[in-house]
Amino acid sequence: MSALLQVRGLSHHYGQRVGCQDVSFDLHPGELLCIVGESGSGKSTLLKTVAAQLTASSGSVRYHQRDDSWLDLNELDEAGRRRLAREEWGFVTQNPRDGLRLNVSAGANVAERLMAKGMRNYGQLRAIAKGWLERVEIDPARVDDAPTSFSGGMQQRLQIARTLVTQPRLVFMDEPTAGLDVSVQARILDLLRRLVNELGLAAVMVTHDLAVARLLAARTMVMQGGRVVETGLTDQILDDPQHPYTQLLVSSVLTT
Amino acid sequence: MTSDYNFAFLDENTKRMLRRALLKAVAIPGYQVPFGSREMPLPYGWGTGGIQLTAALLGPDDVLKVIDQGADDTTNAVNIRRFFARVTGVATTERTSEASVIQTRHRIPETPLREDQILVFQVPEPEPLRTLEPREAETRTLHALADYGLMHVKLYEDIAQYGHIATSYDYPVLVDGRFLTSPSPIPKFDNPKLDRSPALMLFGAGREKRLYAIPPYTHVESLAFDDHPFEIQRWEQQCQLCGSGDSYLDEVVTDDRGSRLFVCSDTDYCGQRRAEPAA
Repeated sequence: MSALLQVRGLSHHYGQRVGCQDVSFDLHPGELLCIVGESGSGKSTLLKTVAAQLTASSGSVRYHQRDDSWLDLNELDEAGRRRLAREEWGFVTQNPRDGLRLNVSAGANVAERLMAKGMRNYGQLRAIAKGWLERVEIDPARVDDAPTSFSGGMQQRLQIARTLVTQPRLVFMDEPTAGLDVSVQARILDLLRRLVNELGLAAVMVTHDLAVARLLAARTMVMQGGRVVETGLTDQILDDPQHPYTQLLVSSVLTT
Repeated sequence: MTSDYNFAFLDENTKRMLRRALLKAVAIPGYQVPFGSREMPLPYGWGTGGIQLTAALLGPDDVLKVIDQGADDTTNAVNIRRFFARVTGVATTERTSEASVIQTRHRIPETPLREDQILVFQVPEPEPLRTLEPREAETRTLHALADYGLMHVKLYEDIAQYGHIATSYDYPVLVDGRFLTSPSPIPKFDNPKLDRSPALMLFGAGREKRLYAIPPYTHVESLAFDDHPFEIQRWEQQCQLCGSGDSYLDEVVTDDRGSRLFVCSDTDYCGQRRAEPAA
């Protein structure tokens, strides 16, 4: 099977400082890849560079399109980048308030991407919005409520609905469960695992929580100081870490 | 004309700058052209954009009409009309059919316009996406990419909250199938008059330093949903002065016991109808 995303030698520098350095990986359709590491290790920079939100200092990202051709993201213009971000990809931010439009209702949030794609039938938009609220376990009766009246966990689920409504092929997630309490985290992770399976989408997820990686990802990359220090099957990395930093990371998880 | 001012108040270089911007605006219907807006002798929000455009357009032979909410006799209209009478010496009129340049705030006259007339709108906020997207760089990018899904988010919100598209003025339009444009705060009742109008329509926003145009006979489409089409306001009443059943009506409260009067907002149109014997 051919890869969906090919990342080769990707670097992003903030002036003199290194964001991420010389990262390469392949992502296959239906695969969930976790990027773990401590804060400041370049996880989010890598994610944003791969998602073309930051320009790569060097290296390449290639995306396998539906028509079987490869798209080089370095050569993509702004219009193409936005089309891709709107129709083929999704991006879930850590803070749902960054990813949501807070001054409009939940239903409008979910339907926004559909309207951007040109859907102009109110009844249909509303039906789809309600359907998605139900899928992310939000009461469809709250379709007209403002996202500000939702709890943090509901906001995050709303953001997931809003992102997945156009059935993207690839989703980037930047610590979607950070800052939520454990039971809410568990629900969201459960939901994500179910949706990823149902929709068969590929995802790259950044997290500092190894349990999240264990639960969701088949493959994990460990980053330190902007570089990938270890990569492999999640279970292998967590049960038998080879790199000293990974060993430290795994051993510093509190177990009760 | 007094010798204290240059003709039409603005200096010739400023008028030239404005005309160049206007030509560009006409060439790209609906596109917001930046211009160097000048201090005018009235506050922002009172029509500084419209007044600059009118100043750049007026020639000695023009006949000027100024309306505010359809009326020729409100403060804003009277002052701007008197201002131009003083600094240009052009003839002024209250009759729509006699005017060659009409500066307007919030209305399009009921009397159909002709090819030899220019309508100048005073615009407070030229950017229709502003309430949804505060970043100027972002709205410009959205215009450049014709990425207008956002505007429908607002209409969606309207229907979700009120059951119908409750936006009743400054109703967003798509000009020539390309640029999303604010028609200025005219009631949506007037939106159909924008479509394929024989008269040139110019829009000036003085504080925001933008001007744009809808050239004659340009297709102007009011946005809507398939199952919630664009509709204009309707009244059960008729104008209680002239009896018109198809003009835009103002509701005037006449005492504190609930009496009210519905009258045409276009005073010239109403006056003409009353002057004519009922045919």
